Amino acid sequence: MTNDVIIIGAGPAGLSAAITCAKHGMNVVVIDEYYKPGGRLLGQLYEEPDGSWWNGIKESDKLYNQAINSGVQLKLSVPVINIERQGTEWNVFTNMETLQANNLLVATGAAESPAPVPGWTLPGVMSVGAAQVMTNVQRVKPGEKGIIIGVNVLSAAIAQELKLANISVESMTLPKINSMNHDYAIPKNVVNSLLHVSHLSPSPIIKIGSNLMKYKLINKLALKFYPNKGIKMWDIPIQLKKAVTQIYGTDKVEGVTIANVDDYGQIIPKSEKSIEVDFVCISGGLYPLAELAAIAGCPFYMIEELGGYVPLHNERMETPLSGLFVAGNITGIEGAKVAAAQGTVAGLSIVNNTLNSAFEFELEEAIKQVRIIREENPIQFHPHIQNGRKKMQKYWNEYFANNQESFII
Amino acid sequence: MSQRIKYHPLLEDYKDGKNITFIFNSEEYIGIEGDTIASALLVNGIRTLRYHEETGTPHGLYCNIGQCFECRVNVNHQQGVRACITPIEDGMVIKSQDVLPTPVKDWREKHDK
Repeated sequence: MTNDVIIIGAGPAGLSAAITCAKHGMNVVVIDEYYKPGGRLLGQLYEEPDGSWWNGIKESDKLYNQAINSGVQLKLSVPVINIERQGTEWNVFTNMETLQANNLLVATGAAESPAPVPGWTLPGVMSVGAAQVMTNVQRVKPGEKGIIIGVNVLSAAIAQELKLANISVESMTLPKINSMNHDYAIPKNVVNSLLHVSHLSPSPIIKIGSNLMKYKLINKLALKFYPNKGIKMWDIPIQLKKAVTQIYGTDKVEGVTIANVDDYGQIIPKSEKSIEVDFVCISGGLYPLAELAAIAGCPFYMIEELGGYVPLHNERMETPLSGLFVAGNITGIEGAKVAAAQGTVAGLSIVNNTLNSAFEFELEEAIKQVRIIREENPIQFHPHIQNGRKKMQKYWNEYFANNQESFII
Repeated sequence: MSQRIKYHPLLEDYKDGKNITFIFNSEEYIGIEGDTIASALLVNGIRTLRYHEETGTPHGLYCNIGQCFECRVNVNHQQGVRACITPIEDGMVIKSQDVLPTPVKDWREKHDK
């Protein structure tokens, strides 16, 4: 049996696209190397501005059931290892078989940027996302007592999730400064980025934000007045004037060395002390997971507001390669709701392209929906996401101004 | 030691599945159906999944979503299996990946001064 559409990634973007295509009678197969559907939606658990809870497991279940009921074929625990174009067909090589289709959607999501701290290879050190998945999906405590290195929207949300599961979090703090991590290690920069998100965000950050807001009035002095013992959020001290200089332990984490830092992230001599913990979470932000789009031959642009290198695409989620689409965090780091809305757009684009533009109206409406959800989204990973999206549109226009043929065949 | 989160104020109670018996580094352990290799070992108090190929330092899971490849183990003689995205199965024989020979480096250390 041949497929009309292959979708790589069973997260909110991939599943939404799959449902859209299948509802319009297309034959859809979704591939994911993870063993459960839902992608990174699975671990999410946070309070909405209206006080209800966003439960990623339930949202994943809904999408999964809709997909299955619409006739989508799902292949889990199947990693894609290569993509090749042959004539008008995309060949997708997995560890099991090779699949072919005229339409390919790459919705591979994002991964966490590694953020080295001395001692970070010890067992017991993990990314915040790892602790989230272990806690909420696998339901195993990552440890008895941990510390979170990196203060940002994602780590704040996950700190609360650990707390909900009755896991003790000593504090959230900064990493020791190095040449790569100035955005995360210099207190001034961190305060700045938190102030940017605070007025947009619901509970997780608003609680840091509203506390910081008190200091915002005196703006640049905020840090000066930031208490040395930190501000508490759900009983977790948020330390913006301390940094972890070393994670120690013989064959696993036994503790961290923490020091006071000045406004520029420089260690204040003789301020170091040890804290015993059995696990450490590091948060260095997210980047689009885009290798497969690169293998397929898609041009890339570096757009910092979108989280790194992103494949060239337009608002219809088309790439310059005919039959190749992208959606979700591969196009820029945003929340799951935006990803799902983009997935619907990608699905309608595929349907529309296949059925002689019969769904132009629906597609336009779906694109509007993405914009609305983006504006309403309480959690913005990057405060200037809209700028990033505009840049991408500019690159797209330039690309087609410079290339006579509309699509690479 | 790490523990199972059975009750959660917002998520459903953890459903105890079938016991899964598996071997890790020649010892028998019990996990629960639905565990990954990494979570089954962590709930048994085991964090070290592999030893660095050259230095032999211990490594555990880092990203837990299959991206960083820090957690790779041998499963039923297959190398490089990611413990964090592979469901545990009855009778699995899992081994930590271990130090590999470094003949060139060893030779140089003996002969270079």
